[in-house]
Amino acid sequence: MPRTARDVVFVDGARTPFGKSGKGLYAETRADDLVVRVIRELMRRNPGLPPERIDEVAIAATTQIGDQGLTIGRSAAILAGLPKSVPGYAIDRMCAGALTAVTTAGAGIAFGAYDVVIAGGVEHMGRHPMGEGVDPNPRFLTEKLVDPSALVMGNTAENLHDRYPGITKERADAYAVRSQEKVAKAYADGKIQPDLVEVLVRSAEQGYGLATKDEPPRPGTDMKTLAGLKTPFRAHGNVTPGNAAGLNDGATGAILAAEETAAELGLDARMRLVDFSFAGVEPEVMGVGPVPATEKLLARQGMGMDNIGLIEINEAFAVQVLAFLEHFGIADDDARVNPWGGAIALGHPLASSGVRLMMQLARQFAERPDVRYGITTMCVGMGMGGTVLWENTNYEGGK
Amino acid sequence: MSNSAIDQARELFRDEVVTKALSRDVELPYGAGTAVLITLDNGHDHTRPNTFGPAGLLDLDAAIEAARARTDIVAVAVTGKPFIFAVGADLSGVDAIQNREQALAIGKLGHDVFRKLGELHVPTFALVNGAAMGGGVEVALHCTYRTVSSGVPAFSLPEAFLGLVPGWGGTYLLPNLIGAEKALKLIIDNPLAQNKVIKGTQVFEMGIADAIFEPADFVEESLRWAAKVVKGDITVERPEVDKGEAWDNAVNMARFTVEGKLHGAAPAPARAVELVAEARNRTRDEGFAAEDEALADLIMSPELKAGLYAFDLVQKRAKRPAGAPDKSLARKVTKVGVVGAGLMAGQLALLFARRLDVPVVMTDLDQERLDKGVAYVHGEVDKLLKKGRVNQDKANRLKGLVTGSLTKDAFSDADFVIEAVFEKMEVKQQVFAEVEAVVSPEAILATNTSSLSITEMASGLKHPERVVGFHFFNPVAVLPLLEIIRGEKTDDAALATAFTVAKKLKKTAVLCKDAPAFVVNRLLTLFMGEVLASVSEGTEPETADRAVAPLGLPMSPLMLLQLVGPAVALHVSETLHEAFPERFAVSAELGEVVKAGKNAIFAPDFTIDPEVKELLKGGDKPSTEPEILDRALRALAREIRIMLDEGVVAEAADIDLCLITGAGWPFHTGGITPYLDKVGVSEAVNGKPFHEDAPKAL
Repeated sequence: MPRTARDVVFVDGARTPFGKSGKGLYAETRADDLVVRVIRELMRRNPGLPPERIDEVAIAATTQIGDQGLTIGRSAAILAGLPKSVPGYAIDRMCAGALTAVTTAGAGIAFGAYDVVIAGGVEHMGRHPMGEGVDPNPRFLTEKLVDPSALVMGNTAENLHDRYPGITKERADAYAVRSQEKVAKAYADGKIQPDLVEVLVRSAEQGYGLATKDEPPRPGTDMKTLAGLKTPFRAHGNVTPGNAAGLNDGATGAILAAEETAAELGLDARMRLVDFSFAGVEPEVMGVGPVPATEKLLARQGMGMDNIGLIEINEAFAVQVLAFLEHFGIADDDARVNPWGGAIALGHPLASSGVRLMMQLARQFAERPDVRYGITTMCVGMGMGGTVLWENTNYEGGK
Repeated sequence: MSNSAIDQARELFRDEVVTKALSRDVELPYGAGTAVLITLDNGHDHTRPNTFGPAGLLDLDAAIEAARARTDIVAVAVTGKPFIFAVGADLSGVDAIQNREQALAIGKLGHDVFRKLGELHVPTFALVNGAAMGGGVEVALHCTYRTVSSGVPAFSLPEAFLGLVPGWGGTYLLPNLIGAEKALKLIIDNPLAQNKVIKGTQVFEMGIADAIFEPADFVEESLRWAAKVVKGDITVERPEVDKGEAWDNAVNMARFTVEGKLHGAAPAPARAVELVAEARNRTRDEGFAAEDEALADLIMSPELKAGLYAFDLVQKRAKRPAGAPDKSLARKVTKVGVVGAGLMAGQLALLFARRLDVPVVMTDLDQERLDKGVAYVHGEVDKLLKKGRVNQDKANRLKGLVTGSLTKDAFSDADFVIEAVFEKMEVKQQVFAEVEAVVSPEAILATNTSSLSITEMASGLKHPERVVGFHFFNPVAVLPLLEIIRGEKTDDAALATAFTVAKKLKKTAVLCKDAPAFVVNRLLTLFMGEVLASVSEGTEPETADRAVAPLGLPMSPLMLLQLVGPAVALHVSETLHEAFPERFAVSAELGEVVKAGKNAIFAPDFTIDPEVKELLKGGDKPSTEPEILDRALRALAREIRIMLDEGVVAEAADIDLCLITGAGWPFHTGGITPYLDKVGVSEAVNGKPFHEDAPKAL
């Protein structure tokens, strides 16, 4: 019997406020508890979805040990009180973990194996610093498979400045200032808050508190402040804590469903998964990954960048966003790009970030019935990029 | 209250583990405003729950006062540390309280602080996230609103059980919140029923909490609910409390319960009932003041001291049995043999299988009895399954673990064999010889004898050092005590194994010397013997049976006689008479009852069976109730002193622990020795009390 691919829709997303790693919001809060809160909030916001109808819980984490180990998708499903009949698994593609959870589980829906899935990601970089417990094969270096700088993300960002000499530190800082400004405005306009679920945070010394908003944003950041920051990855370099995302803690999750199942259950269908693509690049310039990933995707779809009305690109580093824009001939301050700001201000808890891009894109789609297509795209450590193409279900242009 | 009184109180609670009240601002959802979230946390994990001593109360006071000073907040919420809300007053300093003024000061301090939670300028919310008892429950009751986690495992007001009243607002606020009937269930019924607790769902169902949320995100959801209450989106409606006849009826019923169980033996429960009785007519000030007075009286009462001592016995001493060898000497037990297939053997087989999760094989010479024995165990497993105590897989496993064998070969790979055969020395000796022939030289041979000598039982064996007494109390599933008896040759490894097994069986093990009838049966037989003697001298059995009621024992002597069985009781008294003829008589009248084949003393309507009454009847020298009580107490005091001198157990505390856990003797008598000291009998009989100062459990 010939198989027909089914349309997959993004039903809803929710996330914890992002915290600063170390002494921040979640210093004494477990990573799995963050995921649990997100899953429970998704279920609460979608009472039409019977929990037993969830076919899979795919949760990404880069460092899958401790409270991010034990097959986090499955253990979080149990801890969240989903029926024991609901399976789950853990997934990892570093920064693009949650994005990959969506594409993989979403592809399973298109294939007909699932009707409804929960996909998301978590990273508690305070409890699990990047690179914790890794044991890189010595062949990487002895055989020069990768440049020694490839494993330190900040170094790869400096390398990207070398590849795109036109992207100066000033341009990167200016981009960062705009990201902060856009986030501040989005917060003031109440754009960010609807996706947040408040989280109880423990502190042995201060007692319990409640995380209600993102901790990383620094409203009021200006060029002067940024100019004074150190460049920790290279003496007299370009990459500073100000024009890069910080080290953060947080979790995200989304409900995806077959379009027909969403209709059956009366669930929202906020955007349609059209296609996705991943591509590899030299690990030492991992930030350029979104370029080939997006090129591949657009080529397959017979589209150009002019077909894309909204771009949610992860801001691991300003330079990496600027490289993408430069490649596609998009202005640094193009209104299509991260209209509500990005990770430089909001934070980037590695494997959780992909779904944050999606939930913001979905909300922008709702406000922009004139836009038909948007992408979410990210660069990935070890030299990759991933791009997902979404169609706005509110699109009215065809009418 | 005055600073000097507070300072004094703090001095008394010098070693207080202080529960801090940690305040933090939280932004309530839905734009409801800022709330102060107070976390009660003593800095330890859940194994050391939050309690309130003077320093803790003052810390909470400071937190509330700080909130009171603010105009920018819309609510105050109080929650606990992980798994624990708060479990009540810190009782560690109670022993040190020297006078009523100090006791009154402690009661007042609690009220002064807690009541502020009900009298703030903003609504207060108790978020009961974990275990809450006593003063912890009262903190919640003072708040304007309460939410409870469905995961709360224990919520109770145990004060009456210990010898206090819930006197930091409990007896006033709870009945006015949910009515006298439900309040008295928590204040009286549950404490007097082995200190029963309720769970989170019941806290909500009873109307104590206004909302219930699942534990996974309990505080977050509680704060959302609180935000809606603050905004007026939720109006909490509570059923109106019936302050008329229903209140009277509930109070009268509680008075009846208390009198029936205690016969005036312990003051606290009755005092609690009277506080509840008056709570509907009193103002807050009056209600709280009455509680202060009650607390002051009760804190100074010997019953409370005995209650706290008893509490420490079962909570602390029971966990570190005096004289138990180092547990590293214990051998592994991977299979258990039970000789016999009778009712006791069946209870033991079930217990071993459930708690040790190892194969248990029962033996009997008679196939029919054996089948019946195994079928009994399997039937009990089915009951557990039906009650939901085990699931189908576990039931299958348990049934698979318990098997029967006609020959003792089945014991060949058992490490622990216990006999529960007929109570006769020759029979038991023969059984052990047969078992020894098949088991390894290290296998433990345990006997459930209630009165026979362990040393003698082991005497004919090649390896007497592996024999140990392992005496359970009937019903095995209910009474926690296990008397572990060391025979003359019993070695440390066998004894250590016995204690380790006892711990896994969740029993309270007490080490006893190989003395006739060990502890509980020796004392109960003596006690009952005095009552029976007074009957044979001419006292009406009803009078004699009522005579010891002032102790508030769980059952009267004749009811106990019926439970034990006249034949068994007679047998034990014969053993003891043989050993100590001058102190233990064998009741000829009881012999007649046994000979007549009577195994019940009471008719189904709880009156004494006329035929039994006729058989028990004796001379023409009746005694009064006080005389009988006095002789019974004197006999106990004398015998316990002798037992301690003989070294039957390590200390008087072990005697009390045995009586509490093996005979259900009450907390308010502290077992018995604190009571004997209190009424002066110890001094009169032995020339000195059992405890020089306040009784010490450790």
